Order: sequence, then structure tokens, then C-alpha cells
Amino acid sequence: MMFGFGEDNVTLTMDKPQPVSRLDTTVQGLVGTGVERVDGPAKVSGRATYAAEYRIDDVAYGVLVGAGIGKGKVVSIDADAVKSLPGVIDVVTDYDTFIRVSQQGGETEAPTQGVRDVEYFGEIVAIVLGETYEAARDAALRLPIDYETEEGVFAFSMEAERDGDLPPNNTPAQSAQGDVEAAMAKAAVTIDATYTTPSQNSAAMEPHASLAMWGEDGSLTLYGAYQMPTSDAQQLADALGLSKSKVRIVSRYIGGGFGSKLGIAPESVAAAVAAKRLGRPVKAVMMRQQVFDATVRRSNTSQRMRLAATADGRLTAIGHETTASNLSTEDYFEPAGISTHFLYAGENRLISHDLVRVNWLLSGSMRAPGEAVGLLGLECAMDELAEALALDPIELRIRNDPGRDPEKDVPFSSRALKEALRHGADHFGWDRRQAAGTRREGDWLVGMGVASAARANILMKGSAKVALDPDGTATVTSAMTDIGTGSYTILAQIAADMLGLPLDRVRVELGDTNHVPSGGSGGSWGAASSGSAVYLAAQALRAKLAKAMGVEEEELTLKDGQAIGANRQVALAELLDGKPIEAVGTIDKGAQEKLTTQASYGAHFAEVAVDVVTGEVRVRRMLGVFAAGRILNQQTARSQCLGGMTFGIGGALHEELMHDARTGKLVNRDLAEYHVPVNADVPDLEVIFLPERDIHANPIHAKGIGELGICGAGAAVANAIYNATGVRIRDFPITLDKLLPHLPAM
Amino acid sequence: MQFTVNGQRREVDVDIRTSLLDLLREHLALTGSKKGCDHGQCGACTVLVNGRRINSCLSLAVMHQDDEIVTVEGLGDPERLHPMQAAFVAHDGYQCGYCTPGQICSAVGMLGEVAAGWGSHVSPDLAAPELSTEEIAERMSGNVCRCAAYPNIRAAIAEVAEDGGLEAAPEPRRQEALA
Repeated sequence: MMFGFGEDNVTLTMDKPQPVSRLDTTVQGLVGTGVERVDGPAKVSGRATYAAEYRIDDVAYGVLVGAGIGKGKVVSIDADAVKSLPGVIDVVTDYDTFIRVSQQGGETEAPTQGVRDVEYFGEIVAIVLGETYEAARDAALRLPIDYETEEGVFAFSMEAERDGDLPPNNTPAQSAQGDVEAAMAKAAVTIDATYTTPSQNSAAMEPHASLAMWGEDGSLTLYGAYQMPTSDAQQLADALGLSKSKVRIVSRYIGGGFGSKLGIAPESVAAAVAAKRLGRPVKAVMMRQQVFDATVRRSNTSQRMRLAATADGRLTAIGHETTASNLSTEDYFEPAGISTHFLYAGENRLISHDLVRVNWLLSGSMRAPGEAVGLLGLECAMDELAEALALDPIELRIRNDPGRDPEKDVPFSSRALKEALRHGADHFGWDRRQAAGTRREGDWLVGMGVASAARANILMKGSAKVALDPDGTATVTSAMTDIGTGSYTILAQIAADMLGLPLDRVRVELGDTNHVPSGGSGGSWGAASSGSAVYLAAQALRAKLAKAMGVEEEELTLKDGQAIGANRQVALAELLDGKPIEAVGTIDKGAQEKLTTQASYGAHFAEVAVDVVTGEVRVRRMLGVFAAGRILNQQTARSQCLGGMTFGIGGALHEELMHDARTGKLVNRDLAEYHVPVNADVPDLEVIFLPERDIHANPIHAKGIGELGICGAGAAVANAIYNATGVRIRDFPITLDKLLPHLPAM
Repeated sequence: MQFTVNGQRREVDVDIRTSLLDLLREHLALTGSKKGCDHGQCGACTVLVNGRRINSCLSLAVMHQDDEIVTVEGLGDPERLHPMQAAFVAHDGYQCGYCTPGQICSAVGMLGEVAAGWGSHVSPDLAAPELSTEEIAERMSGNVCRCAAYPNIRAAIAEVAEDGGLEAAPEPRRQEALA
């Protein structure tokens, strides 16, 4: 192993495969089991503290005010009209400093600033401060604002001019290989269909919240609900004109993110500016409607899918031309073609991404940006192709499983797609699937669907410090976050196994930029990246302990607080001799991500029933079979997949943000009208993990799993609806009004 | 006004606009009850009032003179978890944890409703409901979990019910009709 700096700061850059992982030979036996979450008792008893819940003396309550027009300028804000209301402290705005949009994840600069110009309905233009929440809210609702309205683009149209010359977004905007047109012209069987998906909202249960307070030295501490505190602090510092060392973000518990809390959101800067102006701490929590209006959406997409195949089902061409939407100042595009690059074989390929410019709120990352909607297009088109070929859809996928990346001509780091499809087919009872529209149980039309799952694997640079105290307890610290993914638990498991400690002898402290920097949580990179950092730090501590024992590191056995080697057993506390040891581990991406194509894979199976009278769709059962390298915790990994699969059900059947074509305003901006799956919508979902190790990904051999569960899940549901009814709906979500006209006559 | 929270008699002077949820979170430092939507759409704020589960965001604090309120903090603490809290940990009936206090209070209240014989939309016999998986799913659908721990939440509740939680659940007192 290549160590970068001395023995206390260990850096591993993933330039070479790491065939040996110490986690395969440690004996404490925690990694890979399903131990309960270490933060569980705090969460279930209401003692876990989220951003808005810190008790801070003299806090002022801030309520944000969103613009009441879709495009134009703020002429004036009549603060005096509300300042005399009882309990109102002030109305604060800063036309230059307030951020117009949320920042995208991982950026180190401020997002677009300036709120004199209104670019979308609900853009945050002011914050009202009160001694109580009630006073501030009352004044915010009454605050008179004069606007100058302008013409805007409030409806999405494929006829509009498109902006295709965009910087890459995890995938290039445009890519072509061979000649798709020519291949389509001479193929035995072709599919040419357009799929559309609507805008969506992450709808994490905790609304965005910031509690800002300034120190006497001009430093800012912000308790926030943020997924990536290290880069978020850089964004916030840039927005406020501070050096990054002056900004501390604390995010110890985050009530879900799903991409919406990757970058700083408007409440952070508003709270910080107001706190400075007032000279006292300010707490700003977005109302649920403001989370919808003014944070971030997953873009709507229009996806033209073209597939060409030989009569025996070999793909000769894949075309995936996608169009999304965003504000004119923002280059982020929904990377809907991201997994189309490598999922199937086929010589001729065209994958493109264009943007239509609209005056709608920012589009950005929502759980599995790219795959979540892109696989609705690709995997439903594959189902259509299988139907056209009269070939089993699983067999079609297996026939087109490429041995190497079909565009980059490099090997896959690990890929168990075929195994997942076959294992799932056996387990699910796929052989009982009937021809489309032929299985009926009373009023219910019943069908089964399948789809592949794929999610690009990402490693993010990040660090973790592990300290071993003389009493034989370890402490892991990092600016990493746990957004519900299980970071606290899996990092404790890794440290415990590496150092041979029971789980309760390891403490994990996360979510604070005072700790060593981290890439945080997002893009499914969190567990593998921060887990590798903990692994490296612990490995360095093992080396020190081995030296104290007089053995080589690989000959050292650590278990239950005892060091064993060279026929000796010594308690760690004794070995440390009263002196703590610590090390910082840093993982960084390297040549391996170019030399191999890295992704997690799986297969989704769904059985649905469609009411022939009402068109109501009920998901009866679902199975996900996944291979994502080493599974660090069976229980938390399974829960991640349950959540992803449920997002898939939501995308297939329920979720759709509606934009008013007159103003761009979101019509359904709350949880009563933006429908996320509820308990009764979700049957008992089954999750199976296939054993796998990925030596190209990182030294712990794990790949991302947080988003794999959503990738392809909606397509399996949609394909099951087709199998049940013989009706192909290509406009998501598949609501009953779209199915009803096509169902068989009564 | 006066009421009881988690067994303690409390006396507060409260703005008539203050919701029960904001009273708990901002005035009594009981932040276990969560604000997810403030409109009764997500259930994260669910607490027990006189044994019955309600959305505390939809209820003004001043309506609760002399009421007995139980929040998730009152059910148990990390060292002495309530059986429902322990079951949520054992079954991973959560992820981010933000909807969890509401789910747990709701589950405890829900078992009381079943024990009292209150039927639901999916009860085969409205007068004598039994706690099937379908009943749990139906009755817990007012508590949104975006992490979607639903199958695990059902498993946790079913286990508590089987272990005698149904009999031990609080008896919900019906609200008296407003005069």
C-alpha cells in the first residue's frame, strides 16, 4: 500500500487495485452483519438533535418570504408596514448577497446570488425576524412587496430552442459512436419511442433549516441540515465574502436529504445575513411549501429511445436523446443517459442531453440523478424490444450484457448483472409470468415486470481521524454526515473490526466541519469513501500497535480489546501504556476510475395488479437483487434498498410536480398534493444481496448502494403494468386516468 | 393555561396562535415531536393527547387545558426504551429518524384504537378489527416516511402487538363534542 505522508497521516489514492483488504481477516466480526444502528436509541426517543433543535439563548425566529411573481424585479419591500406588529423585530433583505438558488453538490463557490431579479415563483427575497415564530410568520404573510413583472418562460416545450452545448455533469452532454440512423434503417427489429417524466421533489421529511450565529471574531457557526458540510461551508463562506476558515457548519443529524441538501439552500445565507444585521442568533426553517418552491427539483425529462436489434435479439444501436429543463443561468442538466453508456452492448450509440430554459425553480440532484429517470426510458424500451422480438426480457438483457465497457473499451471493475437477473428470476417465480393482458383475478389484471439496476460508483476524497485512547476505547471523527444511511453505524463497525473492539467501545462523531474534511453524503459515495478513510486511519493505528507488539501488522490479531501476536496476548490499554494514539486516513480517487468502469448492479422484479374498472394500480410484491461489493451492514443496506425501491414506486405511480403554465408556480407544493408513497402503497419488499468484492473501487471493496435501489425500480413496475394490461404508458407517473381509456371493455 | 406533559404538570402563558407542536418544540424544549409540514399532511408531529394520537401541528395549544399529553420523550429514554421504541431499533423501522417519533407515537395510539374495537377502511368486520399487516399499513398511512422504512415499521408494530402491546396500549378517549 502506498502511504502518502508519514504514519499519522495516511493517504491512499486509488491508482492501483487493492486486492487485499484487512476486513477479510479481522476477527471482531461486525462488518457485514446487521448490527442495530448505534444512533438508534437517540432517534427513537426523540433525543437526536436536528438543525433547528439546538437551544440557543436569545435566538430570533426568521420566516422567509418568497416572491409572488414568476419573473421580474423586486421594486420595493415595505418593511415598515409590518415592523410595528407586536413581536416583529425587523425585515431583512440583501439584494446582492441573498442566494437566488441552492448550490449543486460539491461546488466550492457560492451559487448564483442576487434576488432583485426574480427568476422563478417563490424565489426567497426577504426574511422577517420575530421574537416568536408566530410573530414572524404573521408578518411574513402580510409583508407588502412591489414587483415589476416581465415575460417569462413558464411552460416546457420540446419546440423551444434547446441548449445542448453544456459542460459535463457526471456524463458528457453529447456523445456519439457509429451511426444510429443507419443501424436503425437496416435492423430486423427497432423501437423508437419517447418517454416523459415530470419534475419531482426530494421531499425529505425535515424541511431545510439553518440556525446561524456569529462569533466576536467574525466567524460564523451554522447548525444546518446539510449533506456535505465541508463543501457547504466553502459555498457559504464564498456567498458571505468570508474565508472558509471562518465558517463552521454543524449537521449531526439530518432528516433525510435525497440530494436536496447537497449544496447550501437560500435559508442559510438569509439566516446568516439576518443574524449579522440583528447581532443575535437567527433560526430560519423553511415552510414545507418553501421547500417545494425554492430549493431544488429533479428536472422533468423528455427521452427519445431508439433501439435496433437483430432477429435474435442482439442490439446493434442504442439512441438515448434526452431533454431536461433549468433556469437560464444554470448549466446543470439531468444526466438521464448516464448508465446507457455502459449497460448494454451495441456498436452504434448516441446519447445526448439538452436543456430547455424555463423560469422554474432550479433543477439539480435528486436521488440517483440520471439513472432514476433515465432507466425508466431505457428499461421500458428494452421491455418493448423484448415484446417486439417475442423474447423473454431477461434473456434479452443477458444476450446484450457486454464483456467490457462498450464505449471506453475498459473492463468493468465488477459486474453481476446477469447473476442478479437469473437469481431474481428463480426467486421471484418469473416462470409463472404470462403473456401481456392474459392474467386476470376478478376485477384485477395481474402482471410481472423486470428491469436492470445500475448506478455508477463514485469515490469522493475525504478523511477520517481515528483515536485510540489509553482506556481502550476508540473515537472516529469526520465532517462526514449520516442522513439516515447508517454512517454512524458502519464507521463504528469498520473501526471496531480493524481495532478489535466491541461496538460499544467505539464512538463516532460526525457532521461538524471542525473535524477533518469529508465528501459527505451523496451520490452513494458516502459509505465507501468515508469507510475507506476510517479503514486507512485504523490501519495506521494497527501498524503502531504491531510495532509495540514486535510483530508485522498482518500478523497482529486484535479482538475484544486484546492484541494477540508472537504467542503473546496483551490488553490494548496496557500496550498503549497511558498514551493515546491517533491517525488521519484520507482516500482519494485515482487512475482506477478511468482504467475500469465502476458501477453497482442489480435486478428488480415487480408484480402489480390493475383494477380493470378503475385503473387503480397496486404493487403486490417486489424483489430487488443487488450486488454492490462488500455489504457493510446487512440491515442498513437493506433499508437503503427498501427506500430506493419505494422511490421507484413513487416515480412510476405517484410523484409529479405540476407547474402553472401562467407563472411557473408549483400547483401542488405540499405533501397532501405532491404524492409520495405512504405505508399502504408499499407491500413487503424483498431484498437479496449477492456476495461481491470490488478491488478497483477502494480498499474496503464496497460500492455505493444508496441509490441502486431506485435505479430501474420504476421501470419494473411500469413493465409489470404492461404485462398486466397490454397497455404501454410512456408518460410518467402512470396514473389511472392514463390507463383507463385503454383498459378492456367491461 | 395548565396541562400535563409526560406526567408533569405544566403551566404556560401562550400566544393563542401557537400550535401544540410549537409549544412543545419551542417553549418546552421537547423537540422529539417533529415539524415536517405544519399542515397535518405528514404525521411527524404525532403525539398522544388523552391516549389518542393527533397531529399536534393542527391543534392550537390553548385547546389543551387540563389535557394529558404524551410525546416520544415521555414514552421512554435511550436507557429505558418503550417496547415500541425498542422494536423500531430492532427492525430498523427508520433511517433518518425525522418521522420516527411521530411513527412511534402513532403506532402506540393506533394499537389502542384497535384494542378499543375501532374499525378501519380495510377491516373485514368493522366492529371487531384484527391487527393484520393490511390493517397496520392502512392505519399507519398518515405517517409519511420518505426513507420508506414501511415494511420495517410494520414488522416492529406487529412484534409489539404480539408481545402484549395491544393489551397494554392506552385507551383512547373520544373527544367530547364541542359545545
